[in-house]
Parts: sequence; structure tokens; C-alpha cells
Amino acid sequence: MLKIENLHARVEGKDILKGLTLTVNPGEVHAIMGPNGAGKSTLGNVLSGRDGYEVTAGSVSFNGIDLLALEPEERAAAGVFLAFQYPVEIPGVNNTYFLRAALNAQRKRRGEKELDSMQFLKLVREKLKIMQISDELLHRAVNEGFSGGEKKRNEIFQMAVLEPQLAILDETDSGLDIDALKQVAQGVNALRSTERGFLLITHYQRLLDYIEPDFVHVLADGRIVESGDKTLALKLEEHGYAWVTDKDPALTGASA
Amino acid sequence: MSEPQRMPFVESLLEAAAQARLPGSNIGWLDAARRENLEAFAAAGLPDTRMEAWKYTALRALGQRRFAPGDAQASSRDVDAAALALPGVDGPALVFVNGVFRADLSRLETLPAGLNLRPLSQALQGDAEPLRFALSRHYREGGDVFARLNAALAGDGVVLQVAAGVKIAQPVQLVFVGAPAEGDLAWHVRHVIELGEGAELAVVEHHLATAAHQHLGTQVMDIVLRKGAQLRHVTLQDAAEGSTLVRHNSVQLDAQAQAMLYVLELGGSLVRHDLHATLAGDQSRLDTRGVFVLQGRQHIDTQMAIRHQALNTASESVWRGVADGRSRGVIRGAIVVAQGADGSDASLSSKNLLLSGQAEIDTKPELEIYADEVKAAHGATVGQLDERSLFYLRSRGIPLTEARSMLTAAFCRAVFDSLPDENLREHLYQQLMAHLPSA
Repeated sequence: MLKIENLHARVEGKDILKGLTLTVNPGEVHAIMGPNGAGKSTLGNVLSGRDGYEVTAGSVSFNGIDLLALEPEERAAAGVFLAFQYPVEIPGVNNTYFLRAALNAQRKRRGEKELDSMQFLKLVREKLKIMQISDELLHRAVNEGFSGGEKKRNEIFQMAVLEPQLAILDETDSGLDIDALKQVAQGVNALRSTERGFLLITHYQRLLDYIEPDFVHVLADGRIVESGDKTLALKLEEHGYAWVTDKDPALTGASA
Repeated sequence: MSEPQRMPFVESLLEAAAQARLPGSNIGWLDAARRENLEAFAAAGLPDTRMEAWKYTALRALGQRRFAPGDAQASSRDVDAAALALPGVDGPALVFVNGVFRADLSRLETLPAGLNLRPLSQALQGDAEPLRFALSRHYREGGDVFARLNAALAGDGVVLQVAAGVKIAQPVQLVFVGAPAEGDLAWHVRHVIELGEGAELAVVEHHLATAAHQHLGTQVMDIVLRKGAQLRHVTLQDAAEGSTLVRHNSVQLDAQAQAMLYVLELGGSLVRHDLHATLAGDQSRLDTRGVFVLQGRQHIDTQMAIRHQALNTASESVWRGVADGRSRGVIRGAIVVAQGADGSDASLSSKNLLLSGQAEIDTKPELEIYADEVKAAHGATVGQLDERSLFYLRSRGIPLTEARSMLTAAFCRAVFDSLPDENLREHLYQQLMAHLPSA
């Protein structure tokens, strides 16, 4: 489904991703872990099409199409969803109105029939139940005045409504207390399916206590330096990132 | 020394004045006031941008144009009454077409007790003495050039009085329709509004056009609110694309009086709005809420001067401007807290959004405070759409153009939320949305 090959990207003239290769198949949950500055968030931003990220080499294909050639809205319609690390507050834009506009814009682009307000409300009610969040959030402006936990849950709720094929969660666990983290994880788990792939970008292992990944990758200095199953996350927790980066001569300069 | 060459604009209006047979010319003081103002206009002509009040609005192009005096066919021009309707506004109405009163389009049959609503031309046939104070004003400030012109040439307008203690439930509608004529016309309307002690009234002022034209309209409106009176005034300005419209409004608030002014500026090519408010009585309160949306080469200049001169008065002004294309918006808010006006609370917020690299908005809040114990706040910004918000919307599948209009609408949206007339409020928002670029 998602094939990233030898991806190089730079931000403000600085090389951040330096040859990242990764494949995500439907139904798989991949965790990308790594120290600060490894390029974790850059990966999410490049995949979702944010301005200011220049891809200098490599390719990303999504179901056989060149993802990097698409505008952000086209990527969304193709089935890519990014749960933001810092969801933006947008005063004056109602959450429900926004979400319906988003869903219908995606459907329109895919040649599907748009949902009327009754159909949309029905869908929203179903998803609210799965997510166990209060419909009070729907009546407010997008993320305006939301607590950190509410913002992250709203991201997952949007994901539930938009039903992407690939969900990228950019440090969704950051800034959450344990209760909020559990709620977010529970929402994500409810959305796991054999058709949907996940990319969990995280700094800490604790998110993986609640969302069990199929694969864990360590990202350091713009490349994946180690891959394994969920036990890799536990080892990292125990030994720290130095345990992986020290093993890589390119990172320590030992080969020089 | 030779007489300086008069601008075609000034020349054509002086010709109009010479031909005009204005109602009330038999009233000595009125005739004298008109002559004085005309002489001042003839002597000074149009100001240039060296004058502070006209710094951002050049009148050079206007000065080269000629305008025909009033529209002889105004009373028979075809106007679709349905086009004048506003949702939730079906009370008394006065309608003017090219500045001429149209009884056939107005609704004056059943006025509630305590409401006096008449065209000025009729009021001048009776006892004009109550209008003397307002109509004998002499505009000495050089910047008040259009008020001066209006005072010299206006023969009609609105006289609206609410008796003390009377609360009028239905809003009064004042409609100014511009209609194409054989050439470019200049029309002038003069309004006098007074609410007696404790009176309450809502006014909806609507400027619109039947079709494209390039007329000049001037309006002078004097509003006096006696003790404890409450006025809600909504202006929907949707004048013809090529037209010039100048409104010079003054509000005087006596003790405990309250005025809520809502302004939505959408139309016109060159638009100037002066608002002079005086909080003259203790505990009076003024609220202004305004939005302008500009496209193409539109130019709108709003000049507010709010004067606190009594104890414990309050004013709150919230304005939002959006400019696209090569348009230009000017919004200046000057607040003066006079000596002794202790306990004044004044705030002014002017936030503006540029949607194009060629658009320009100049905003200038000014505070002059001569009293103690004053709360005053002002903020003015000019910015662009937030890139992070745009990306957020797009990342959810909303196309760029739609995301832009969604954020622009949100930028203006809350301004009219305090307007209690729900249907009218929704209508304003719809009009606003319809004028947003790429909506």
C-alpha cells in the first residue's frame, strides 16, 4: 500500500531525511521511534504534503500512485490521514461543518455521492459511540479551547469519520496524561482493520503499551537503522536510543 | 491674478445647485444654511491627500468627473419591490430611488403610535422648526466636503422621531436604490433621527442598485438619542459596483442612551463612511460592529471618531476587513476621552485580512485621553490567512479555494453574532459569504 524508497528530504536547506525506506501493507501497524531530531515529524509532514519540505531524492508510492505529486487535499481523498502533533485551533469554523465539508470534498473527488446532513449526522453518531466522546465537541469551533486530550481525541474522531486507508499519527501521545492516552489508544484500536495501515510516530514506548504494533522501526539521523517486532520497543525503553545508534558506525563516526 | 480653474466635479455641482428648486427654499434659515455651505464648497472644492482626513483616499479622479443634477425620471423608474425585501424586516419603510422619495415603494400606511416617519421634503412643508438645529449646520471642517455639499443640495431624506417612552417593535427600513439613468447622477439625502427619552427603535439602512451605474450618492445622518433611549442600526451597503457613496453619520448619546451600530460594506467603487459619535451623557454606551469585503479595484474608507465626554461611558468597536484583488481598505478609529470623562471604557479592534499581494489595508487606531481612571484598549492588525490552518483543512481533503473561503468567512463571522434579529443576521452572513472571493 505505502512504499517509501530511499527518501531524502530537506527543510530550510537542511537535510533531515537521508534515505528512508519503508513499506506498510494493509492491516499493519508500524511504529516509528527515534530520538529528537531524527526526522520523525518530517516524515509525517512529507507524506501529507506540507509546504516547506523539499524532497531531494527517493520516491513514495501509495497504491501504485506517486504520492509526492499530489496536493494535500488529493492525498486525503486518496486515503492518507495525518493526525497532527499540534492540531490547529480554527475559531469561527464549526467542527461538524468542517468535517462534513472535508468528507464530502473527499467523496466528490473520488466520484462518490456526497452525504446530506441527515446521513452525515447518522455517521457521526455511530463514530461518536465508537470513540466514546461527547457530542459537545461537535458544536464547538475546530479545536478551539479544546484541552490537549480533546484535541488528540478530535483527531482520532476525524480519522474515524474520514476512514482513511493509511493513518499517520504524529506523536499523538505527546502531552497526554495516562487517561487521555488510553482513550486515544482505544479509539485507534477500534479503527484497526485488515484494510487499514497505521504509521505511529512516537518518541516514547508507552503508547505501544496500548496500541500493539506489528513492526517497530528506529529512525535515527534520517534513516531507519533498526527494525523488529514489538519487543524492539521494550529494548529501546530499557537501553535508550544510544543502544541502537551506537551500533551504527555511520552514526558514531567509528568507521572514519 | 487669475481665478484658479475649477474642477469639472465642482463646476457640475455648482450648475446643479443653480438649477435646483429644493423643498424648503422658502424657509429663511434653511436657505441661508444651504447658501453658506454651497459657498464654502465652491471656495474649497475637493481636498487632496495632504489633508489628514483624506490621506488614504485620493479624490483626483472624482474631481475630473461631471455629475448631472437629480434624476427627473426617478419617480417612474422600474424597481422590483421584491428585490428590496429583507428577511424579518417588514415594518414601516421609506424608499428612495436615485435620491428621490418613492411613496409607491414605501410602507407608511400604518405607523405605530409614537413613531413619526416622513420624507424630509414633506416635513419641510409643515413646521420645520424642530429640524432647525440639525439642518442649519455649517460644515467648517475642510474634510467634511461631502457633508457641506449635501447640506447645500439635499432636498429630501428621512425624518424619524420616536416619542419618549415608546418602544417600536418592528424595525424601520430605509432603502436607497441606485438605478441607471442617462448619465452619471449626483443625489443627496439628509436624515434626521431622534429617539426621545427611553424610546427604543431598530433601523435597517439598505443601499443597493437595480443595475450597474456610476452615480454619486451622499448622505448625512444626524442621530440624537435622548436619555435612556436605545437604537439598533444595521447598515447593509451593497451599492452598484461602479458607484461612489459617501455617508456622513453623527450620533449623539445622552445619559444612559445606547446605540448598537452594525455595518456590512460590500458594494461601491469609492465608498467613504464617516462616523462621529459623541457619548455626551453619563453611562451612555456605543457599540459598533463592522465588516468590509473588497474586491477588484474597490476602495472603502471608514473614519470613526468616538468622543467620550461624560462619566462612566463605554464604547466598543469591532471591525474586520478583507481585501482581495487590487482593492484598498482604510479604517481609522479615533477615540477621544475628554477631560473629566472619568470611568470611560473604550475599546477598538480592527483586524484585517489581505487575500492578494496587490490589495492594501491601512488601519489606524488613535487614542487621546485627557481623563483619569480610564480603561482603553485598541488593537489593529493586517495579516494573511494562516498557513497552518489552511494546511490543516487541506490535509482533511478540503480544496485550497474552499479552505481559503472557509477561513475568510470565519475571520469575519463572529462580528454580527450579537445582532438579535436572527433572520437579518443570517442574511448578513449570507451576503458576506456570497461576496467572499472564491466562495
